Amino acid sequence: MLLIKCPFCGPRPELEFSYGGEAHIARPQDPMSLDDEAWTEYLYIRSNPRGVHAERWRHINGCGRFFNARRNTISDEILETYMIGGSPAPVSEEKDRSPKGGAV
Amino acid sequence: MKRFSAFSLVRAALSGQSTWPRQWRSPEPKPSYDVVIVGGGGHGLATAFYLAERYGVRNVAVVEKGWIGGGNTGRNTTIIRSNYLFDESARLYDHALKLWEGLSNALNYNVMYSPRGVLMLAHNIHDVQSFKRHVHANRLNGIDNEWLSPQECKEYCPPLNVGGEMRYPILGAALQRRGGTARHDAVAWGYARAADARGVDIIENCEVTGIRRAASGHVEGIETTRGYIRANKVGVAAAGNTSVVMGMAGIRLPLESFPLQALVSEPVKPVFPCVVMSNTIHAYISQSDKGELVIGAGTDAYTSYSQRGALHIANHTLDAICELAPMFRRLRMLRNWGGVVDVTPDRSPIIAKTPVPGLYLNCGWGTGGFKATPGSGDVFAWTIARNEPHPINAPFTIERFREGVMIDEAAAAAVAH
Ligand SMILES: Cc1cc2nc3c(=O)[nH]c(=O)nc-3n(C[C@H](O)[C@H](O)[C@H](O)COP(=O)(O)OP(=O)(O)OC[C@H]3O[C@@H](n4cnc5c(N)ncnc54)[C@H](O)[C@@H]3O)c2cc1C
Ligand SMILES: [Zn+2]
Repeated sequence: MLLIKCPFCGPRPELEFSYGGEAHIARPQDPMSLDDEAWTEYLYIRSNPRGVHAERWRHINGCGRFFNARRNTISDEILETYMIGGSPAPVSEEKDRSPKGGAV
Repeated sequence: MKRFSAFSLVRAALSGQSTWPRQWRSPEPKPSYDVVIVGGGGHGLATAFYLAERYGVRNVAVVEKGWIGGGNTGRNTTIIRSNYLFDESARLYDHALKLWEGLSNALNYNVMYSPRGVLMLAHNIHDVQSFKRHVHANRLNGIDNEWLSPQECKEYCPPLNVGGEMRYPILGAALQRRGGTARHDAVAWGYARAADARGVDIIENCEVTGIRRAASGHVEGIETTRGYIRANKVGVAAAGNTSVVMGMAGIRLPLESFPLQALVSEPVKPVFPCVVMSNTIHAYISQSDKGELVIGAGTDAYTSYSQRGALHIANHTLDAICELAPMFRRLRMLRNWGGVVDVTPDRSPIIAKTPVPGLYLNCGWGTGGFKATPGSGDVFAWTIARNEPHPINAPFTIERFREGVMIDEAAAAAVAH
């Protein structure tokens, strides 16, 4: 189980949270102008990286608020959490590198 | 390949079964192949086998970054069934089921396919209506599936808690008698041995790190940790790592990878005669021939390549199992492990050509692709050999997400495995 730091409440067990999928996928401003390609990208295509993933979480059994996190999907280590609308801290090479002996 | 038969087994017994050759070679990669398959799971190995056996393509390599069957193939709970709701899925999974029925003979390898019946439990009115709809849809497609009353469930599977005090009582079940289990490792090994015997090179400990393309855009070969391998056709069957491999060719996909875990109990005498699955309370259970109860848990909420699931997910499943079959409360669990499953938005696979000429894709099997292994291998081999989809996999394109023609088994409430 993950220990997740809600930017509003502090570190809490994963059970208090719900996962909100990949972050920074903006809802189209002008939906009528989108072609099929753009809709597909918005609705279905995901980056699904083996490495650092920006994602949304919601502290549903706590303050109820949404926030963003950057997590390494090989180690599941959460590198940072930050506000919705905010941007992540500059990427640090050291922390983002996959740990040695990660899953096959 | 030295064939297995009653006679050859007895003969080898005279020398203590010590005269058997390696089941497959361990060749150095050749500089070039007609077809390279990325991923030595069941799907990749079956594809190579059918390419050589049915479609006349024998200059084939399967490239596996670890050991064959070390991915989801060797980590799954081995449930086999074909009672999916939609026509497209029914055709695909039943094609596989028919191949399972003759597979041990076709491979000359005992894959221990055991049609012991798969019982899918209904716990509320919605389940009852949805499973009855499945039963009718399946019958129209010529696929066996029948409705059992709670009492009939109890007769078919005596350990079930029917009529007892339960938060989610058993209101009936859909039973597919041809469904069951098979031995996962044997499936990988059997396909590997049979493919090897037909000339396929199985290259283990060889990770694909790049896909090279010609100026025309056509696939030219793959970079690996054991050097460059030329190939005009590359088939990717990399399950949880598909987004990573296809990213090497610049293709972004409607896929996310999640951890999925399973666990086994200490071995006990035969107590559980069939496969029982419940989507509503999330539990999957059968008993292996070794006597262990094999239990499937759910996926974690978040994407991950860690190959391990969280403990609370497994706990949740054990709660459900203990409600369903109270006698298992006294069992101890022996081991648990996880795999990484690649999930599409409609929970149906992709078996198709891609926008890159010469690059073919088999993925998106999510939590339930073991059952499809032989059928998937067959139609994928056809697609690669003829550069066009077999009628069975023609609907399972990448473009269906753009065109809106989903095969929405997720919405059909068809259970995960
Ligand atoms: C816990 C669990 C329970 C499950 N239960 C069931 C069930 O009951 N019934 C059912 O039908 N299905 C079930 N499934 C799903 C099923 O296991 C999979 O859908 C199926 O095994 C996928 O087979 P595959 O050959 O595509 O993948 P895999 O067996 O995962 O093979 C993919 C291979 O690709 C290799 N690979 C990845 N990247 C590279 C690279 N860059 N270079 C070289 N090789 C690479 C991997 O090492 C791996 O061996 C379950 C899965 C899990 C994890
Ligand atoms: Zn909070």
